[in-house]
Amino acid sequence: MTSTLARTGVVRPDPKDPSPLRIDEALVRKMLILFIRDETVKARLRRAVVGVSGGVDSAVTVALAAEALGPENVLALFTPYRTSSPESRDHAQQLSRKFGFTLEEVPITEQVDAYFRARKEKVDKVRIGNKMARERKSIEYDRSWPDGIVLGTSNKTELLLGYGTQFGDMACGINPVGDLYKTQLRELALSIGIPEAIVRKPPTAELWEGQTDEGELGFTYADADLILYHMVDRRLRPAELVEHGFDAQLVARIRELVRRNHYKRVMPLIAKLSLRTVGHDFLYPRDWEAD
Amino acid sequence: MSIRIAIAQCAPALGAVKRNLDMHDKWIARAKAAGARLVIFPELSLTGYYLKDLAADVACAADDPQLARIAEASRDIDISAGFVERSADAKLHIAQGHWSGGKLVHVHRKVYLPTYGIFDDGRYFGPGDRFETYQWAGGTTGVAICEDLWHVSTPYLYAAAGATIVLAPSASPGRGVAEGGDLGTAESCRLMDRFYASYLTVYIVYVNRVGHEDGIAFWGGSEIVAPDGTVAARAPEFDEDLLIGEIDPELVARERARNPLLRDEREDIVLRNIAGRLGLPFDRRD
Repeated sequence: MTSTLARTGVVRPDPKDPSPLRIDEALVRKMLILFIRDETVKARLRRAVVGVSGGVDSAVTVALAAEALGPENVLALFTPYRTSSPESRDHAQQLSRKFGFTLEEVPITEQVDAYFRARKEKVDKVRIGNKMARERKSIEYDRSWPDGIVLGTSNKTELLLGYGTQFGDMACGINPVGDLYKTQLRELALSIGIPEAIVRKPPTAELWEGQTDEGELGFTYADADLILYHMVDRRLRPAELVEHGFDAQLVARIRELVRRNHYKRVMPLIAKLSLRTVGHDFLYPRDWEAD
Repeated sequence: MSIRIAIAQCAPALGAVKRNLDMHDKWIARAKAAGARLVIFPELSLTGYYLKDLAADVACAADDPQLARIAEASRDIDISAGFVERSADAKLHIAQGHWSGGKLVHVHRKVYLPTYGIFDDGRYFGPGDRFETYQWAGGTTGVAICEDLWHVSTPYLYAAAGATIVLAPSASPGRGVAEGGDLGTAESCRLMDRFYASYLTVYIVYVNRVGHEDGIAFWGGSEIVAPDGTVAARAPEFDEDLLIGEIDPELVARERARNPLLRDEREDIVLRNIAGRLGLPFDRRD
């Protein structure tokens, strides 16, 4: 049991102590269910659409949505490309059986391949990955019409590192899991009954064969989450983290990813010209007169 | 003779004053049916909290006809409710009015406007400049709107001026979900309520709202903490609730007899210290 002091004030940063990331799963579950329910209604919508990959982030999102809105009001879309693994499909189906929501499969291979076949230049695999992410999101938005909200599945680690495709997997109406680090999200996943095989498998965007998040990033989520927690939540400067024994190179790398990708986390910049400008000084809440 | 009060732990709509007036009517009727002498609503209960530019759209004078419904309803039960007040010189304030017997009897303007972290009060509102107590059937009372209560001097000034009740209407966003206890915000607020109630021997009536605004959840958990430091009543977290509790003036008297901290308080020394540090003249009366 963590003491009150440790929870609200004194936390000693230690690269070997993951306990500061521990969350009260029951409280988080309750807060997220109320969030999904309340903000869906405020948007004057009643259903949720979730892109389900078979991974833990979308598993938690869709399970919470089913609890918040009722499984009959949740549409999960499994949108495989030819490189997607059969295991992912199996995991998506397991979730659908367990939590009772409708799961539809909408393959994206045909349209993605047709688009790139027509390109003359050599296409980098990152471009194909981004196209897939945006293709999926365009399907989710299409299927959300007229009364559904698209739920985001980007966790706090991905958002901070910028490890996602802008207007692709990062796009959504509301995001229930965006303030949970990957480590915390796994903890929540186990407590709400996501099968262990889904929680424990190596995270992957499956944008190309053999891709894993940690392989591509070059560090583990466990290491990144602890650094991000102390840097972002606790406001420690990189130099202070290094003094406390965190790896200097890793701290610098993570700090740079956070800085470089900040553009993905904010609305597009609008050139200020008039006396009152959207985004600059025309500042109304999104829940303006909402129920 | 104790006095029954009701806390309306409700979820106001953002910027929809008409809808919120209807909502107030319902809670007032419920409080009346429960036999309460006063019903207290949270901060900005008639307008919602994270108003941004909507603040100017929903602002009105304290005697504006749209608040006449609240005044009218106060013929049967006292009502403490929050609104955006436009002052005579057109400044916007976060205000809490107390209506009684068909009339507005007191207005407190939020003094401390949090403008950091998730708060932006200072961008949209002007600060109040006083902490004044007032009388109603429950006794001498002071109002501390949300951040006002976090400043130790606020309940101190009220207690020094003779208040036995501090009403604390709030719009407190819930945050801090680390394992091993309660919501972080709840823990801080409860510590504060209990400390003030015990050491100033007053009733702390903490009135928080619920619901979401732009993804931020208000956590509820309204409570009445008695001058002996006990929690006389507490509402659930995150859910709407009409919380009923009693204010007992005799308990205040008993606690102050047992624990005469306020009687022995040296306001003159406090004032001399502050005046000296600020270089202000201070007239000693001795």
